[in-house]
Amino acid sequence: MAEASSSSEFPKKVVYCGVCSLPPEYCEFGGTVKKCEEWLEQNHPAMHEKLYSQEAIEQNLSALSLDAQKRAEKDAQKKAAKAASAEAKAQEQRATSKVLIKRIERNKRKYVTAVQGLEQFGLDIKKVAKDFGKKFATGSSVTKVPGGGEEITVQGDLSDDILDYLTETYSDIPEDNVECIEDKKKKAAG
Amino acid sequence: MFKKDITPGPKTKVKSSAQRGIRQKVLDQYPQLEPYIDDIMPKKEQLDLVKLPDRIALYALSAVPLFFQHMDDPLLPHLTLIHRYPHCFTRLRIDRGAIRFVLSGASLMVPGLTSAGGRLPGNADDTEGRYGGKDGGDGGELDAGEVVVIEAEGKENACFVGVLKMGTGEMKRVRKGQALEGGHYLGDGLWQLNLA
Repeated sequence: MAEASSSSEFPKKVVYCGVCSLPPEYCEFGGTVKKCEEWLEQNHPAMHEKLYSQEAIEQNLSALSLDAQKRAEKDAQKKAAKAASAEAKAQEQRATSKVLIKRIERNKRKYVTAVQGLEQFGLDIKKVAKDFGKKFATGSSVTKVPGGGEEITVQGDLSDDILDYLTETYSDIPEDNVECIEDKKKKAAG
Repeated sequence: MFKKDITPGPKTKVKSSAQRGIRQKVLDQYPQLEPYIDDIMPKKEQLDLVKLPDRIALYALSAVPLFFQHMDDPLLPHLTLIHRYPHCFTRLRIDRGAIRFVLSGASLMVPGLTSAGGRLPGNADDTEGRYGGKDGGDGGELDAGEVVVIEAEGKENACFVGVLKMGTGEMKRVRKGQALEGGHYLGDGLWQLNLA
């Protein structure tokens, strides 16, 4: 890299990998090397040429002692396996987890609606609660559930509206995974 | 410092007087940033302060993180900022073998800097004077407590930023132990942080 202190070439533009978010030259340490390589080949072919050529790889290897190489390789494999399993797990969780929309009777004709399970889909429930409040013009808050965890409580009977809104705005959530239930049990503290 | 993923606290706006103070502090600490300071933090723009766990404050400009600070410690630049203006910071280099440890969050050890692939100030192979202190002094040696950016052998971009725990002169003599205190590395919680 040529070092010139002329101000015209700064700020320097740095490309970041779309898969692991590191600069591509560090992808090899990220655990998702295969995917990173594919991404780079598609998006920045010139850079891919430079980084993944046979020469470059050999040069990288020659810089280390044999022993260290082996250890590094083992480590890299472990890391890759870990990343892969983490991803699979996240996907599975996404497929199996359900969003529950509960209509809870508070006082005969008055209802509150509780929404559970949104955090499984990577949503920040505090923000979603705020959005609900804005969208439906009601009170909406995050409350703790006795069994642990948190849910969003929205004032009023909004279960159908919330169902529509959720499936419309958050495309991550499959419609089949959202369930509406009615809770007849009277809540003690209103 | 950011080994775990972190959740950002609320974003607050920085008062314009405080913003001037931060700007001045940045300039005092990194005088070489001066030509670019108006690009980095334009005077008119509103800086945001994001609180992170463990009393760390992060200054950001419209969702682009710039500097972070633990209590009243020196301001440390975010790696994206370093990538944009690499020559404005004091730099050292580590050998290839150390990269994977640094990227998994270990604290940086001296041998990574003293070995053949590493660069400390005054290295004979470093003809451009790229690494080490710029102000000369005693051969560009750095003292403990200084903020340094760590680059890696064979790589263009920096991978770590932290505070020196041991002077570089001492490192050359002792050749073991911790070199830098936990800072910010590529792929850590701060790096993954999404402010938008």
